[in-house]
Amino acid sequence: MRDASPAKAYALHIGVIALLFALNFVLPDYHQGLFARIMALAVFAMGYNLLFGYVGLLSLGHAMFFSAGLYGAGLTVYHLGWGVPEAFLAGVACGALLALVIGLLALRTSGVAFMIVTMMFAQVFYLLILYFAAWTGGDQGLVIQQASRVIAIGDASLDLTDPTVRYMSALALFAVVLLITLAVVRSRFGRVLVAIRENEERTKMLGYDTVANKLAAVVASGAICAASGAAYALLFGYVGSSFAGVQYSILPLLWVLLGGAATTLGPLIGTLFMYYVTDITSGFTSAYLLIVGVALILLVLFAPRGIMGSIRERWLGWLP
Amino acid sequence: MMPLLTTKGLSRNFGGLRAVDGVDFALMPGEIRAIIGPNGAGKTTFVSLLSGRIRPSSGTVVFDGADITTMPAYKRVRLGVAYTFQITSVFANLTAFDNVALPVQRTLTDGRTKGQVRSGVMAALERTGLADRAGTPAGQLSYGHQRLLEVAMGLALKPRLLILDEPTQGLADAEIDNFITLVREIAKDATVLLIEHNMPVVMQLADRITVFNSGKILAEGTPEQIRANAEVQDAYLGATHG
Repeated sequence: MRDASPAKAYALHIGVIALLFALNFVLPDYHQGLFARIMALAVFAMGYNLLFGYVGLLSLGHAMFFSAGLYGAGLTVYHLGWGVPEAFLAGVACGALLALVIGLLALRTSGVAFMIVTMMFAQVFYLLILYFAAWTGGDQGLVIQQASRVIAIGDASLDLTDPTVRYMSALALFAVVLLITLAVVRSRFGRVLVAIRENEERTKMLGYDTVANKLAAVVASGAICAASGAAYALLFGYVGSSFAGVQYSILPLLWVLLGGAATTLGPLIGTLFMYYVTDITSGFTSAYLLIVGVALILLVLFAPRGIMGSIRERWLGWLP
Repeated sequence: MMPLLTTKGLSRNFGGLRAVDGVDFALMPGEIRAIIGPNGAGKTTFVSLLSGRIRPSSGTVVFDGADITTMPAYKRVRLGVAYTFQITSVFANLTAFDNVALPVQRTLTDGRTKGQVRSGVMAALERTGLADRAGTPAGQLSYGHQRLLEVAMGLALKPRLLILDEPTQGLADAEIDNFITLVREIAKDATVLLIEHNMPVVMQLADRITVFNSGKILAEGTPEQIRANAEVQDAYLGATHG
């Protein structure tokens, strides 16, 4: 994968970002809003993919990292009156710190035990949110007022509730994380992560501290997922415990599997696909989850490596 | 001259079995040492103790004057103890290039080598004759080439001690000849410790031979001495001498 010309890979990724930029001016209001949401959540999927796709660690608890960012940003705005940039950074820091602690504990296990341990920690996190309802709003959640979601830059201000500002903010975060992911997976660190996925024992015998590398990946993944959560809180103005529930740990796994694990663009494609299948089918029938399920089964049967994974396998071997 | 590696009373039990039993062993810098012995003699367990893949039940391992008995395997690798596996375990889904890039970037990070990953990788691949297969996934290489790739990965670690566990297993005769040349090349820069069943290879390559039996060292000496040793003939060579 490394031998393919890096220029081609970067050109493709910048092209995707440019396309998303242009879509802002073309999409009808409803789809503009949906795309902003998809891009913010695709960041969640990219964070998940870093750990699941590249290191091969299957976590069932990533909702806790997403909601650490969500609450880290939301609560500092709501209770402390912090500005948007500080709150965003607080959210990312919460996610990174939580990931460091969880990583130290959970990486003592692997395989199925790792899945269960991460799931249990996420449940603890979820229950803590409900327990501290006085601050978190419990299962009602908190609404962040429009006035708190404005970034003042000198005399000008950016209102995150404005559809175009919101779209562009989501795109900016998405673009930064996409390019970071691309750089990481092409780096020496990325090569070690893939080696750990392929054969951890062998990687150790090449002089690598695999536990330290996995921990670094957990922290990076947690921080990216938290960035997605923090952005979500600030862009859409709602912080709620449902985002810490188990379905938000399963969703990024589905998005990544659909889009293609260990591909840089797969998380976006998977999130986009899943959102639109749900959106379109729920217009026809209340049994839309059935259709989503059938779509998932078909994909697993005919494209087990996901959409981008299959494209890479069949046509474009150079895709990162 | 100070030995590069010594062990004192090195033992490892698996339940009631003493796989390695109180071994005192010394390896001089620059030599090619072969370890031979019947199946189950404890050869692989012994070198696994040296590389740190398993921990000893008792005894010590000293490398270049430092006690490394409790040091994790990855740190020993950084000191220069490289191990190539008995069962080929290249990264099948990665290209030959990426397989070798892993050890190359390790030595760059440790500051033991300088330069670019690419040039280091290509040098190791050229030395093992795999340069034209750099872009091929390792799993698609022939078995002989996978073994060579394994050696290239060991080489790229710039080891001071290279441990080869049955490197010629499964190789064709022509490949074995190339392999002997390659090991002689490697031995110019590094000490080589190899476990080997193929006696002609051992006799051609080794400066000294250590014979293991039942977890203990039965005999040690030059190839001529070992050939002439009656005890060794009984325990091991006996079968081939009828």
